[in-house]
This record gives sequence, C-alpha cells and structure tokens, in this order.
Amino acid sequence: MNTPVKPKLRVATTSLAGCFGCHMAILDIDERLLDLLQLVEFDRSPITDIKHCGPCDIGIIEGGLCNAENVHVLREFRANCKILIAIGACAINGGLPAQRNHLSLSSILEEVYHAQHGLVDGFIPNDPELPLPLDKVHPIHEVVKVDYFIPGCPPSGDAIWKVLTDLLAGREPELGHGLIHYD
Amino acid sequence: MNQNKTFTLDGKTIPYTEGQTIIQAAMAAGEYIPHLCFNPELKAHGSCKLCTVKANGRQTASCTQQPTPEMVVESDTQELNDERRALLQMLFVEGNHFCPSCEKSGDCQLQATAYVLKMMSPHYNQFYPDRPVDASHPEYLLDFNRCILCSLCVRASRDVDGKNVFALSGRGIKSHLIVNAKSGQLADTDFCDADKAAHVCPVGVILKKRVGFATPIGSRSFDELPISATPHPQGACPVCPRSDAATLPPHPKSRGA
Repeated sequence: MNTPVKPKLRVATTSLAGCFGCHMAILDIDERLLDLLQLVEFDRSPITDIKHCGPCDIGIIEGGLCNAENVHVLREFRANCKILIAIGACAINGGLPAQRNHLSLSSILEEVYHAQHGLVDGFIPNDPELPLPLDKVHPIHEVVKVDYFIPGCPPSGDAIWKVLTDLLAGREPELGHGLIHYD
Repeated sequence: MNQNKTFTLDGKTIPYTEGQTIIQAAMAAGEYIPHLCFNPELKAHGSCKLCTVKANGRQTASCTQQPTPEMVVESDTQELNDERRALLQMLFVEGNHFCPSCEKSGDCQLQATAYVLKMMSPHYNQFYPDRPVDASHPEYLLDFNRCILCSLCVRASRDVDGKNVFALSGRGIKSHLIVNAKSGQLADTDFCDADKAAHVCPVGVILKKRVGFATPIGSRSFDELPISATPHPQGACPVCPRSDAATLPPHPKSRGA
C-alpha cells in the first residue's frame, strides 16, 4: 500500500561536435524507451529542449570538441552529472570532425569561406556570438574524466540499452561480441 | 622422441613438437593468444608484444618462446589482458584509426583484438599524426595512418616475394613504414597483386583499389565471430581466398574449419 516510490534518475544528453546520429541511435532502443521512462526523466537533452544541465545522475555526451562552446557544455555536464558517458566514435576519438586535424585551421577557413570555387566576396564569419573553433578536434576524455564509453558510429540501440540497463541495475556495464563496435 | 611433450596453457594441457613456439602449439590446439605481428606463414618478429604470456612466471613473447616440458603458461589473465589493452590503446592513439571510414573495418585484426580485449576507449591522448597516403600504384594504395609497424609486409616481401618492397625506418616513436624506391612511391617498385605482401596487412594500410566496401560493414569477418573464435585469424584476410582473380571473391558466409 505504501510502497515507497523510487525517485527517477535524471539523465541529460547532448551532442557536441557530433551529427546527432548517436541520439538517433538512442531512439533505436524503440519501445524500450517507454520502459526507460519509468526509471528515468530527462534533464537537458534535445528531447526536452532544456538549455542548461542541472544536477543529474547520468550525462550522455555525443561528439568530440571542435569549438570553445563544446568545452563549456562538456564541463557543465561533468560538474552536474554523477556518471558521464561518452557515446559514439566522435566523443571517443574525435571521429569524422577530427579528419581536419592534419590541416591548419586557417587554411580550412580560407578554403571554405574565401578560396573555394564559386565564392564571391566571401569572408570568415566573425560574429562574437559564434564560438571560436579549436585548433584541433579532441575527444572528450582529454578534457574531463569520462566514466563509461559506448563506442560505435553510431552504437546500436541494443548496445545503448545494455549499458543503460546495466547502470540502472547497479552493474558494471559490459558489451559482448556484436555489441562492441567501432564502426 | 617428439611425442607426448606437453605444457599447460591456462591449466589446459597443450601438446607440442620440438621447434614449435608456444603460440604455434596453442593455435594448433585451437587456443587463442592475442597477437598482431605474428603470422604463422612468416618468421616471427616478436615486436608487438600482444602475445606476451607468463611462462613459468616470467613474461615472454609466445611467438618467439619455445615451450619446455611441463612449462606452466598463463595467457588469459586479468594482468596480461590489462597490459595487452594498454598496448592496443597506444597503437590506436599513435596512428589515425577511424574505423567508421576504414575499408578494413570488420576485417581488421587490430580492431577485432581490441573487441575481444574489451577496449572501450583509447584512454591516452590522441597523437593525430600527419601521414600522407600513397595512391601512386595503379592497383593498391597505402594509408600509412593505420600502420602499427608489425612488419608483416616487410617480411612477406623480403622472405616470400623476394622483392624487399617495404622497410621500417627510424627509431622509437619516429619508426615508420617506407617503400624501397628512390621516389618512395609504391608505383616505382615491382609490387603487384600476386605478392604475399599485398595480403598480409592486419590493418588497413595496404588496400586494393576499386573494391572498397564491396562487403558492407556489418557483414564482415569479425562481425560474425570474434577473432578469438576464428579458426585462422592471421593474414590480411582471414576468411577470403587470395584475391588474385580480377573479380573479388564472394564473401564466404560459411567458414571452413
């Protein structure tokens, strides 16, 4: 009759230098999302459109760091989340955005905004509201401590489900053959 | 004389014959010891250290160490697997290993070994080295970004093909794979598709042109079975026959024993 109601865990998610593919993969847990919602509620996430992360149990970060804003958001997550999870190749090793790392930032901006064929009077955007790009793209574990990693591009819905349910059950997450993937 | 000689590997009795190394005897008995620079068809190199085991309590490369009667060999232990994972992580951050865009993904021994050793992250800081690709050869390209310096192509070209197309140059962190031509370009060597060296790369450095992604990611060798359960995990393509023919062989769904 008076069963104590277990408080729901708060989960925040964000995409930094990512493509939101990992967030799509979170949706790939399909109808199990309804089971998940019995156990968790979302804080900052594209699902809620909350802009800043409050105190949370789990933070899930997609994407690496390609600009100053990414670093601020990552630090906000680390400061607020008890457990931080890096999801996907970009958060883990820079991924596709890190393909620019062997080029100088100035040559990239020149090529994209000035030199490229068909650009007339191009200029490098300099609005103060735009976050400054980093010299190189970095994975998130180079800036903050990351507790768990779910590799994949993107990880399968099953892999995400396995890690989340392991964590919710108080188990150490483990991905077996077929669930651990870097591609 | 050679009969009934055995050692134990993680408690299992493994028979061996004189001259066999620990890893050779283990493989013959169907036991998996993680390895990258070892390929049974070529002379052992003992450089990647992934196959390190404890033999009578002392760490040694199992691809170069021969067993002795009743030797106690430990391989699948937390201590050794932690060290192997650290070696893999260092290999991953020293190069540019972006699996999602690599043609070798799913057939790659580095990746497959990292899967069985449960490498969840690179742990260390990325080097992001700048290593230009050599696409000069009409049939093959070389993506040095993925080289793990296993020297299998060096050994295959020198010892099997008699060509000496490849070499490792430099020392320590500056070690790198080079092509033995005045220009340094693969096109200026007699390297060809029939070479053993074209088919031994365990990662995605030596790639045949115009056949990329013929097998989609998700249907490749190690997508089906982990490398530890693959009968012959060595060589460039552990399941496909040599692709000497002009057309790509069909991907074998059923693997022979």
